[in-house]
Amino acid sequence: MNLSPETAGQAALEIENVAFSYGPRSVLQDVSIRVPVGAFCVLLGVNGAGKTTLFSLLTRLFLCRQGSIRILGRDLHSNGRKALAELGVVFQQPTLDLDLSLRQNLQYFCVLQGLDPDLAGTRVEQALRDIQLIDRSGDRVRQLSGGQRRRLELARALLHQPRLLLADEPTVGLDIHSRRAILEQVRAASSEHGVGVLWATHLVDEVRPDDQVVVLHQGRVLVQGPAEAMLRSTAAETVEEAFNRLTREEAA
Amino acid sequence: MSPAQYARCLFGIFTREALRFVHQRERFFGALVRPLVWLFIFAAGFRSVLGVSIIPPYETYILYEEYIVPGLAAMVLLFSGMQGSLSMVYDREMGSMRLLMVSPFPRWYLLVCKLTAGTLVAILQVYLFLAIAWFWDVRPPPIGYLLVLPALLLSGLMLGALGLLLSSLIRQLENFAGVMNFVIFPMFFASSALYPLWRIRDSSVPLYQICLYNPFTSAVELIRHALYGQVNPEALGWVAGALAVFLGGAVYGYDPARGLMQRK
Repeated sequence: MNLSPETAGQAALEIENVAFSYGPRSVLQDVSIRVPVGAFCVLLGVNGAGKTTLFSLLTRLFLCRQGSIRILGRDLHSNGRKALAELGVVFQQPTLDLDLSLRQNLQYFCVLQGLDPDLAGTRVEQALRDIQLIDRSGDRVRQLSGGQRRRLELARALLHQPRLLLADEPTVGLDIHSRRAILEQVRAASSEHGVGVLWATHLVDEVRPDDQVVVLHQGRVLVQGPAEAMLRSTAAETVEEAFNRLTREEAA
Repeated sequence: MSPAQYARCLFGIFTREALRFVHQRERFFGALVRPLVWLFIFAAGFRSVLGVSIIPPYETYILYEEYIVPGLAAMVLLFSGMQGSLSMVYDREMGSMRLLMVSPFPRWYLLVCKLTAGTLVAILQVYLFLAIAWFWDVRPPPIGYLLVLPALLLSGLMLGALGLLLSSLIRQLENFAGVMNFVIFPMFFASSALYPLWRIRDSSVPLYQICLYNPFTSAVELIRHALYGQVNPEALGWVAGALAVFLGGAVYGYDPARGLMQRK
């Protein structure tokens, strides 16, 4: 892991006591999550657990009225623009412009991040090489497969070299090879460049024993810590079994 | 962020809007065909029915085609603004709007960039329309083509800001049909785009009052006067005021702290 002394041990993301509701319907209750710099943290939850709402709060699409959110120590409410500059996001819905080319999509993102044109050109070139789509850089995104689009979105989210990456179920609907390629791409960014990752998913097979895991269920955090510790505490042999036990216990 | 970064952001958003417009050929031709149908067919049919007396800025009797060209230019801006509104709702539902919202630039600035970019693309369409109208013998003074630019910019920004405001209020794409029925058509028909207001006053004074305060009427008159080398101060004031109100409302609507995005 490539961490500088000043960032080692620092939290890429700190969520403290966050609550949110749509009118009278409470969606998140007293949620606290910490993602260290360089850690790969899986946010596990079934559909409707509150993951996407939490992501909307983390990306300032919704305002966090209860609790606090800090990215690299910067409060999202009072220092939002600087906090957002440290953030890369892959949303649940695809956000690529299908009528623009791969290169144009990446260049557009660089502009939105305020990157210098020369630097942007270099990074776009490198990103396209990294995901092995350099030969298709002039093609319209519409012509890519679902897996290729997701890989392009991930590469785009890392163009400005953020310290925190949020990914909201980016592998849903993809085949097993595409899922594996995307996971490898993100894990490499996390371990080689010290990017903290919050990876929301309901696909439990994406969890590795050394990952940090947060189980979100009905808007509350049930468990937080290393996946191995979760297995021990639930006396389960697999993450799926542990997850099922935790969420069933809660339902009972 | 430096001024150069702000300028690049504006240019980048404009480039994206222009590329999208060029790539979507149906949208390109649709935007052009609409005013041309009005000019070639509607105006030809109604030429003898709707006589136009000498009213400012015209100094002589004019053909009906010449009268409606400024209104059709404004119509291009109106439909473009509403198309922008539709694309904002679509982008928000489909996700690409989120990309804009998580940029570290101030959100109000991003909205202004989006608005300006959409308006510039619409102005290109207006000039294309005016060029075709020239071949149809609608020929304002040459200087008018230059003087109309600021009027088009201000009117386009005002109508685009209205679209932005509406997009912050519309929750779902399906609701956009309502915008067509309750905003675009009433704004267009209750204005001086197709007939002079004195004709409406002869028929109905209340309707005349509505037309008078319709910001689209002001936009049409601003463009009409500018195209013939004149300034209409009253229309200018109304359009600038409406722009301030609509843009303020749109920035409010898209502010997560105060706006309406959190309703569900």
